[in-house]
Amino acid sequence: MIQIFLKEFNGYLHSLIAYLVIGVFLTGMGLLIWVFPETSVLDYGYADLDTLFSMGPFVFIFLIPAITMKSFAEEKKLGTLELLLTKPVTDWDIVLGKFLASFALVLVALLPTLIYYFSVSKLGNPVGNIDTASVVGSYVGLSLLASIFCAIGILTSTFSTNQIVSFLLAAFFCFLFYTGFDSVSTFAGSYALLIKQFGILYHYESLSKGLIDSRNVIYALSLTSFFLLVTKTVVSSRLW
Amino acid sequence: MAINRPVLSKVSKSTFKTIFALFKMSLTVSNLTKQYGHQLAVDNISFSIQKGEIVGFLGPNGAGKSTTMKIATSYLPPTSGCVLVNGYNVVEQPMEVKKIIGYLPEHNPLYLDMYVHEYLAFVCGMYKLPKAEVKSRVKKMIDLCGLTKEQNKRIESLSKGYRQRVGLAQALIHNPEVLILDEPTSGLDPNQILEIRKLIKEISQDKTVILSTHIMQEVQALCDRVIVIDQGQIVADDLLVNLLKGKERSVVLVVEWDGHVSIEDIKALPGVAEVRMEDKRFYVTSLDDTVRAGLFQLSAEKNLSLLSLKQEESSLEDIFKSLTTKGEAV
Repeated sequence: MIQIFLKEFNGYLHSLIAYLVIGVFLTGMGLLIWVFPETSVLDYGYADLDTLFSMGPFVFIFLIPAITMKSFAEEKKLGTLELLLTKPVTDWDIVLGKFLASFALVLVALLPTLIYYFSVSKLGNPVGNIDTASVVGSYVGLSLLASIFCAIGILTSTFSTNQIVSFLLAAFFCFLFYTGFDSVSTFAGSYALLIKQFGILYHYESLSKGLIDSRNVIYALSLTSFFLLVTKTVVSSRLW
Repeated sequence: MAINRPVLSKVSKSTFKTIFALFKMSLTVSNLTKQYGHQLAVDNISFSIQKGEIVGFLGPNGAGKSTTMKIATSYLPPTSGCVLVNGYNVVEQPMEVKKIIGYLPEHNPLYLDMYVHEYLAFVCGMYKLPKAEVKSRVKKMIDLCGLTKEQNKRIESLSKGYRQRVGLAQALIHNPEVLILDEPTSGLDPNQILEIRKLIKEISQDKTVILSTHIMQEVQALCDRVIVIDQGQIVADDLLVNLLKGKERSVVLVVEWDGHVSIEDIKALPGVAEVRMEDKRFYVTSLDDTVRAGLFQLSAEKNLSLLSLKQEESSLEDIFKSLTTKGEAV
């Protein structure tokens, strides 16, 4: 598994993908947080990073499928999947290696945004006047959200040999799981809360408050595991 | 009870024999069938390959060669039947099977964005070779496969011949006992083909090698034994020498006279099976050698002089053609 993880991660670093992902994410977030007046922290007047955590998921909806779209689709197209599957590694090794590599890349992209935290903290009046607990909770929430998105992306890339198909499917499913359930719950009357709890947004918002509730964490981990399990099943389906 | 006893001992004796035989076998395929939907790709084939043999798997495109190889490498499951590699079942013990097999898939898929030495080190890691050994293994393979100059290049910038060498190096890096090569020379130019063949010959010592191809010369150049497969069935399985000899029993003679001879005259000769005429030349198929004397006599009787009489070389290509076109001829 480590071998495949390293190979995939190095693959991202050797190609433009990693730098594009990190560059696009940081440029986008930087502009939103510091430059555009509607969302800028400087104009807003409150020392918090709400912009990062409310806009971050929407950037991820497009960025993460772009990272994961080739993971299985390209291997299937080039035939290298056959090479991989005839080596003494398990299907889990392959799925987990690929998942962790894409997740690690997202975390690397997320890491420099810690500078924003220190900047806002310094700009606060008095200095350091920022709700650290909420920021930590939001980072945990954003990481868990990224892991779900990565798992969705890896899954959809097994569906087709065409990377664009897997990108579009991944973006759609990420969007569906992020806000879809929330939107549906508005029609649902008495079941509204239950349906809302199926979506990521509900749990993400509750983590953003700075309280790391085990229920939210378990939700995210089990959703990730579920998508990875389906991925493994799809990869193993050649043996049926 | 008294009746049962000898029967029992007989059974156990033969079971012991088969078990003993399995130990010597590198690859045993028994009653293998593979179905894709309604299409039968491999139809109930059985054969076994001993340790150290080099076997050519010959057949037209779509005959079921690649499917058989994919099953033998645990990539695809058989619909029915069983395949044992060194006694390990490909369905029940895939990890063991994958460890002892070196496999070069059809079209030689490679990670194009990796460097040659990086890729080989990655493959070493997949086989969980000890870290200290990886460097020396990679170097050995690079030397053996003639990749020294290319080792620091990206695979995408290599020519097809060198890519094929990388594919072979990756199949060999863990010193496998069984080597399965699916069309190792397809798409190469004649010089590259010769080089790759030489390489395969070099590396195939003390290994069991199964290579598939639809090029006859390849089999002639590399293999001891040939398995010809057509439409999912084995149509011939023999040593190369026997296969060539077997065909020679029916000889084709090319005869030419300076005057007119009718086909019926020749057909009347003893031992003639078939006669065919193509611009004044007669192609006489016969089952034994007496027909030569008959042809001389015929020309003496008719007072004609024999312009030429030669035996057509029966090559593996003809054998292949005659074995694999039976289904279509009907």
